Amino acid sequence: MFGFLLRRLAVLIPTFIGVSIIAFSFIRLLPGDPVALLSGERVMSPERHAQISAQLGMDRPMVIQYFDYLGGVLTGDFGTSIVSKKPVLDQFLTLFPATVELSFCAIIIAVALGIPAGIIAAVKRGSIFDQGLMGIALVGYSMPIFWWGLLLIILFSGILQWFPVTGRISLMFYFPQVTGFMLIDSLISGQKGAFASALSHLALPSIVLSTIPLAVIARQTRSAMLEVLSEDYVRTARAKGLSPFRVIGVHALRNAMIPVVTTVGLQVGVMLAGAILTETIFSWPGIGKWILDSVFRRDYAVIQGGLLLIAAIIMTVNLIVDLLYGLVNPRIRH
Amino acid sequence: MADATLTAKAAEPVSSAQMRRQMLKEFWFYFSENRGAVIGLYVFVALVLVAIFASLIAPHSPFEQYRDAVLKPPAWVEGGSWTFVLGTDPIGRDILSRLIYGAQYSLFVGLVVTTLSLAAGIIVGVIAGYYRGWVDTIIMRLMDMILAIPSLLLALVLVTILGAGLNSAMIAIAVTLQPHFVRLTRAAVMAEKSRDYVTAARIAGASPLRLMFRTILPNCTAPLIVQATMSFSNAILDLAALGFLGMGVQPPSPEWGTMLAEAREFILRAWWVVTFPGLAILITVLAINLMGDGLRDALDPKLKRS
Amino acid sequence: MSLLQIDNLTVEFETSTGWFRAVDGVSVSVDKAEVLAIVGESGSGKSVSMLAVMGLLPDTAKITADRMLFEGKDIQSLSGTERRKLIGKDIAMIFQEPIASLNPCFTVGFQIEEVLRIHLGLGKKERRARAIELFKQVGLPNPEERMNAFPHQMSGGQCQRVMIAIAIACNPKLLIADEPTTALDVTIQKQILDLIMDLQARTGMGLIMITHDMGVVAETADRVVVQYKGRKMEEADVLSLFENPKSNYTKALLAALPENATGDRLTTVSAFFDGNPEPAPSAGASAAGAFA
Repeated sequence: MFGFLLRRLAVLIPTFIGVSIIAFSFIRLLPGDPVALLSGERVMSPERHAQISAQLGMDRPMVIQYFDYLGGVLTGDFGTSIVSKKPVLDQFLTLFPATVELSFCAIIIAVALGIPAGIIAAVKRGSIFDQGLMGIALVGYSMPIFWWGLLLIILFSGILQWFPVTGRISLMFYFPQVTGFMLIDSLISGQKGAFASALSHLALPSIVLSTIPLAVIARQTRSAMLEVLSEDYVRTARAKGLSPFRVIGVHALRNAMIPVVTTVGLQVGVMLAGAILTETIFSWPGIGKWILDSVFRRDYAVIQGGLLLIAAIIMTVNLIVDLLYGLVNPRIRH
Repeated sequence: MADATLTAKAAEPVSSAQMRRQMLKEFWFYFSENRGAVIGLYVFVALVLVAIFASLIAPHSPFEQYRDAVLKPPAWVEGGSWTFVLGTDPIGRDILSRLIYGAQYSLFVGLVVTTLSLAAGIIVGVIAGYYRGWVDTIIMRLMDMILAIPSLLLALVLVTILGAGLNSAMIAIAVTLQPHFVRLTRAAVMAEKSRDYVTAARIAGASPLRLMFRTILPNCTAPLIVQATMSFSNAILDLAALGFLGMGVQPPSPEWGTMLAEAREFILRAWWVVTFPGLAILITVLAINLMGDGLRDALDPKLKRS
Repeated sequence: MSLLQIDNLTVEFETSTGWFRAVDGVSVSVDKAEVLAIVGESGSGKSVSMLAVMGLLPDTAKITADRMLFEGKDIQSLSGTERRKLIGKDIAMIFQEPIASLNPCFTVGFQIEEVLRIHLGLGKKERRARAIELFKQVGLPNPEERMNAFPHQMSGGQCQRVMIAIAIACNPKLLIADEPTTALDVTIQKQILDLIMDLQARTGMGLIMITHDMGVVAETADRVVVQYKGRKMEEADVLSLFENPKSNYTKALLAALPENATGDRLTTVSAFFDGNPEPAPSAGASAAGAFA
């Protein structure tokens, strides 16, 4: 298991260095002068240019610039926003909990509905349940989620007026951000109705963000389950006189979960991409919206830093998933 | 007796054309058994025809602004008229005509992006899988990097570098999709490489190039075809997403995602300007995914038995 | 009263080209402490009929029988729950691929204790003690340690011993062994066969040995049923089957045994057998003649 971890890390480190090269090159690949792009000053005298260039270390050879950058990144310096003049990492850490809260709710919905749906479809293979559930899953899998979000807004916020359209909580509530997670903070604040407000703000975005992972997980669970159900050990379990519930829910499911764990982990990347769209539609103040806004504001330092931070998160999650995979699969653990 | 006829059959030389026809027939048999896949195929063919004959089918120009018919609802809704079947947008353009022309963008981008990423992915994947060693390591680390960045974020970054527009959107999407082909081809090549028929071809003196592309690759086509259909639908979704974010095809082009972006502020006033472009995306992507599922089932020998 | 009595069992599966009859009007019975061998090629339906008894066929299979009695009780009329009280307890089965037949995600200890808990309701300590005792009984080395092992950490022979231990855990009255040694190394085959026969002799359970191997039949069986393409070709006690086979198919099977080969080529069953089980006039002599 320890060797397995080391092997994964050995792959991870070069990948991270590679992504840092991509992020580093990004600014220099953009059309225009990188000094101007990073300082945000459009018009400057040659003296000023030289001054900023020296300040940013951009007058030095490219290789040294890269190692400077990498050194900065490793000590937590991801650059400074051109617009807000704040460190990129600080901004990221302020906004990240909002995205985590949203993604976490979405993945809970996706797993809680997707796995049972996949199991039912596999066990009742070919039945009306199977066809219905898998039909819905395929529609979900094909869904342009930005449109899906707009439809839900039309229906639930426009016509039915059940849920608010934007933001994380109603403006009438104000309390200090202790954890950054609105659901938790609203409970800590003890204000009446705050938690309900936070929850109702969270409902639509998390449904939208969960759509594709939910469909993928349901489809993957079904096919993993179908494969497992035809295995000899499932026949053995039945030959032991176990109840169908135990045969499916214990013997088959435990094995079917091995590939599903990997799928769920891969959905984290899918969700961070989906967060850009979802957060934009619902004005959710998370990192997805932050990155997109930075694209429009030409805040390239933020894009550069955000790119690397998001890639680092995805790589970390993938590492955790690999370890989990080892834990659920005894053949790797031993 | 049954054995005797079998041997007799096997002894007859089977031409490759005959075999191909036989395989195609068998493939169609399994594919056509899947009702959804056949429906998907019909819808897809219809969409291709719509895209090709857009100028003949569309009742209006996609750009003409009917100033006296702004935000007309669809024909069957009160206040609508059959002149504008699906209504008009905020500046009086016919939505149906724009959707018809929009099919051209989606299908064109799907085709180009899939071809690009498939071709690049196969070449890189075969090289990685065939040569292994440091070439393989470098290629796979590169692919890991691309996969470590969410596809839409990477596409956004690339479009920022290349400048918003159709061409840069296509390149950006192709870059994000191609690692899947590389991984798939590499895995298939590695699995096939150790088979006896490859060893036999190598002993017979086949050149590495011939071995890679003539001997090994044709045996890896099934998963590649399935991945290609998935890439096709993903490309359409990604193009629409980029368009929706304002970083794809630029207005006034009638691209479906761009249409949605332009209509966003009217969602609570005129549901049709938002509903129909999205529905067009959904139907197209769904049809392709239905076909993809059918292809997968028909090509996957593991599922064939049942 | 027979332990298991099946009359006129037919099993059909629906395929894309219509209904396929895997078992066609087969009648089988086993007495207490008797060893019955069902022998036939692959596809002869010998496993399918026993899977039908166990209720392990998929729902799509159509099973009909005039009678299917276990200790005089009609199995067919049992509800799912009642049937599950019977199988795994009074009727147990072991399979061909021992490693694949054990769940890779659970320890073998878990997999044997599960039966003890569900059928016998034993407590935690008793279960463990009984499981270790069973592992000892089937000749697993270091049974305490083995309890925590996963199937992939054990050899095929050891896995089959675990399967046997699970099968005999509740002292079954009937054990169905479906090609229990086919997937094992030749040296292990004999050990496993001896273990099964030893357990059978000691416990007096009925045993149905499904096999394609005439050698196994000769070594184990009291009585033999020969099956071909879903039909019963012949039923006889083991001595008269080998000395005086009645059906053409049995003759062909015996002639195809390697030790009966003459010259430098092995022969196949189909070289002798044209699908007609009844001896044609003077066929016996000509079959032997054709072979020489």
